[in-house]
Formats: sequence, C-alpha cells, structure tokens
Amino acid sequence: MESAAQPPEWRTNLATIGALMARAKNELLRVPGAAIPGVLAPTIFFLGLNGVFGALTQLRGFTTGSYESFIVPVSMLQGAGFTGAAAGVNLARDIEQGWIDRLLVSPAPRWVLLAGNVLAASARALIPATFVLTIAFLLGASWPGVDGLLVTYFMVAAMAAVAACWGSALALRFKSQSAAPLMQAGMMALILTTTAYAPLALLQPWMKSVAEVNPVTQVIDAARQGFVTGVSWTETWPGLLALLALLAILGAWALREMRRTAA
Amino acid sequence: MNELAVNARVVRALGMRSIRQTFRRPQLMAPILIFPTLLLAIQTGGAGGAVHLEGFPPVQSFLQFMLAGAMMQSLMLAGNSGGIALAVDIEMGFTDRLFTAPIPRYTIVLGRLAGTAALGLFASVWFLAIGLIFGAEIHSGVPGVLIAMVLVTATAMAVGGIGAAIALRTGSASVVQGLFPLVLVLLFLSSAFFPNDLMIQPAKAIAEYNPLSLVVEGIRGPIIADVDLGELGAAVLAIAGIVALGLLLSARALRHRLRVG
Repeated sequence: MESAAQPPEWRTNLATIGALMARAKNELLRVPGAAIPGVLAPTIFFLGLNGVFGALTQLRGFTTGSYESFIVPVSMLQGAGFTGAAAGVNLARDIEQGWIDRLLVSPAPRWVLLAGNVLAASARALIPATFVLTIAFLLGASWPGVDGLLVTYFMVAAMAAVAACWGSALALRFKSQSAAPLMQAGMMALILTTTAYAPLALLQPWMKSVAEVNPVTQVIDAARQGFVTGVSWTETWPGLLALLALLAILGAWALREMRRTAA
Repeated sequence: MNELAVNARVVRALGMRSIRQTFRRPQLMAPILIFPTLLLAIQTGGAGGAVHLEGFPPVQSFLQFMLAGAMMQSLMLAGNSGGIALAVDIEMGFTDRLFTAPIPRYTIVLGRLAGTAALGLFASVWFLAIGLIFGAEIHSGVPGVLIAMVLVTATAMAVGGIGAAIALRTGSASVVQGLFPLVLVLLFLSSAFFPNDLMIQPAKAIAEYNPLSLVVEGIRGPIIADVDLGELGAAVLAIAGIVALGLLLSARALRHRLRVG
C-alpha cells in the first residue's frame, strides 16, 4: 500500500505558525479582558502626556504645533512594546505550565515556534494602535495620509515583533513570569529614551546622546513623519534598517535561548 | 503588658512582614521604584526644555521640579501594591487565620499600612538621594527634606488605606491590580508632572480640583522654594481627607469581609 505524499516542509512550517497564531487569537477571544491593559496603558499615556506636556509645542524649535500628532506614533509604538512584552509573559506562563516542553518535543523547527509567538504579537499590536489612533483623531491629530498610515502601522507591527523577541528571550532565560517587569521596563526604556517627548534639538544633553545612538529613534521618526511633515524615503529607510537590526539581534538571542531550553 | 503595647507589637510584626514580602519579590519592588525612576529619567531628559516656557515656576532644574511627581507616583504604586498583597493574603487564607487570632481587627489593616508607610519613607529617601546625586538642590534645606519625607510617608499610608479597603471588599488581587492604570490617570490629572497653569484642557481643569495636586504641591514647595505654610496646610488637609476616606472605606469593607468570610 502506498503512503500519502508528505506535504513540503515549508507548508508544514507555515501551518504550524498559523496554528500558534490561531492559539494566540483564541486566547484573546476567550479572555477579551486580557487585552484591556495592553490597550489601556498606551491610551492613558497618550491622553496623559498630551494633557501634561502639550505646551511643549510652544518651545522654539518644536517641529509641529500639534502635540497630539507628535505623540500619537509614540503611543502606538508603546502599545506595540507592551503587547510584545505580554507575548513574553504568556510564553513564561506556557513554560511554567509545561506547554512549551510539549512543543519542544514536536518535530517543528525552533524558529517556527518562535515565529508563531512573534507574529501573533505583531498582529495583536494593531488593536491598541488602532484604538489610540482613533482617540487621537477625535482629539484633532493630523491625518498622516494613506502612505503615512501604512508606514506607521508597519513600524508598529515590526516593533511588536522586536518586543516579542525581547520578551521571549527573557522568558526562555528566566522561565518565570516574575521577569515580566524586566520585559516591560526594557521596552519602555528603549521606546522612550528617544525623540518620544520632543525633537532631538530640545532634549537634555544626556538624553540627546542616548537618543542619537538608540535605534528606536529612527523607528519613531519614520512612524511620525506622516503626522508632522510628509512621507519620504529618506526618513523611512533608517527606521526599516533599525528594525531589521533589532529583529536580527533579538531574534537570534531568543532562538539561542530556545535551543538552550530544548537541550 | 498593656493592651496598647500588645497591639503595637502586632502592627509592627505585620508591618515588618509586609516590608519583607515586598523586598523579597522583585516584581513588587519594580512598580514602586524602577518604573517611577525610569519615568523620572525619561521625562526629565525628554521634556526638560519645559523650564524655558513662559509661566513655568522658577526652578533650578526640571529634575528638581519632577522629584515630587516621582515620589507621588512611587507612593501611589506602593499603596496599590499593599492592596494587592493584602488581597493575596485573603485569597490564600492568611487573613482568615488572623481574623481568628485574639487581636483587634484594625491591627490587621494597620499592620499592612505600616508596611506601606515604610515603603513610602523608603521611596522619599530614594528619590531625594537620586535628586541630590544628579544635581537637584533642595531649596529649603534639611527642613524641606524632612517635610517631603513626612508628607510622602503619610500620603503612602493614606493611599494604602484605600487600596486595603478595595482589597478587603473584593478579596481579589487581580481586581486591585487592575487599579494600576487608574493610579496613572489620577497622576496625569494632577500637577504631579507639570505646572497646572501650563497644562492643556480638560486635564488642567481636573488637576485644579484633584486633591493629589495639593499634596504634590506641598511636597514640591520646599524642594523648589522656601517653606510656604499655606501650601503645607493645604497638603496636610488633603492627606487628612484621603485618610478619612480610607478609614471609612476600610471599616465598611472589614465589616463586609467578616460577614461574608
């Protein structure tokens, strides 16, 4: 008797990634309340920062007169950071409950297991981003144009992937949900030690030095361009390059930790 | 030993327990110290140019201005963490065991609040030290430092009372943990991070009536200027109001907890 032909490996891998993403989606649908903190936190930060620091636009050298427009991409990226970190916390929970052990004995390649978690975070990050953006438009943020919007959403999804790699690496290293503050604080520091609050020229000297070497500054500038000036390739490619570098470094680290866990 | 001394020993023992719990678990310390410190650094570095805005009060630096806000954030989160820890005690049955012990019920809440107050004191020392290390001056000197420490400690205890009341009422750590965003909302809607006059509406209008603004101005006052008795009195009154609210809610929640078990 002839056995059925095996599907090609790439198709099996895609199906596994799809299944892991579907699992993350089911978690969201079954416990909708779990998504609230991820949506609420960036929204509170957006409303709070706008209400508190809105007068900063009066400073000479500020690039826009609308602080809502200036800060909304930061809040969207912050939402991505929180969502990615939450993916790390969920992975730590799965490790504690033994679910990851079962995945690791499956024939699925390690990178496929990581990709499922990371891509689910990317998709999930679009929820807080859309919520914050809607609030911002209601408050009078400028329309970034379709191209500006697409660039911002791409940056948000990719930043969530970066944060998920960071969170996953920490989860696999510490194997405990106790590492959650480190996952969140790390992302918060990475996103906010940039031009998040004010343009580079208006930052304090030490913050300016940090922002100049922090790759997320390029990501924020790229995500923000449609809201404050206009979209250009010159402003976009450094952001793409920064994300690629962050994904390569943190993805490699997460993969290494996963291999160590399996060994 | 008289009854008061025995009760004081119970409060001390429970207070020490709650402090040890917090210091043993990094996930409890992180929100109290790490996040406010991180935010202090980020806001100081990112929005430091604000001191050049017309109408900004005369300050030596933005860090000097922000110290009170960081302390407020820390003490609010300490109060919230105290509530979470009490709710965990309820969930795990530890509070039930205390209820059966021959001690007055109020010592159970007071023990937790003593721990929260100690964390508030620690937070005030932490942030004043950070300020001094990074060049912020305490304008009114040692009296200013002492006033800030006393106000922060008292406010931590007052806010902790509200956290304890919610914990006793709900008996659920996740509900108390869910209040974390509310803490941030209350802070953003006060003058913790920016002068009220320079805030944008409607945050400005709300901040004007938020009692936390009075407390933060009381803490900030001696840091950026001379001691102002009027400002200090307003802060003490606001703290007394929060204490009264916490006591009332805690007493009612305690009765509810004893009734439902």
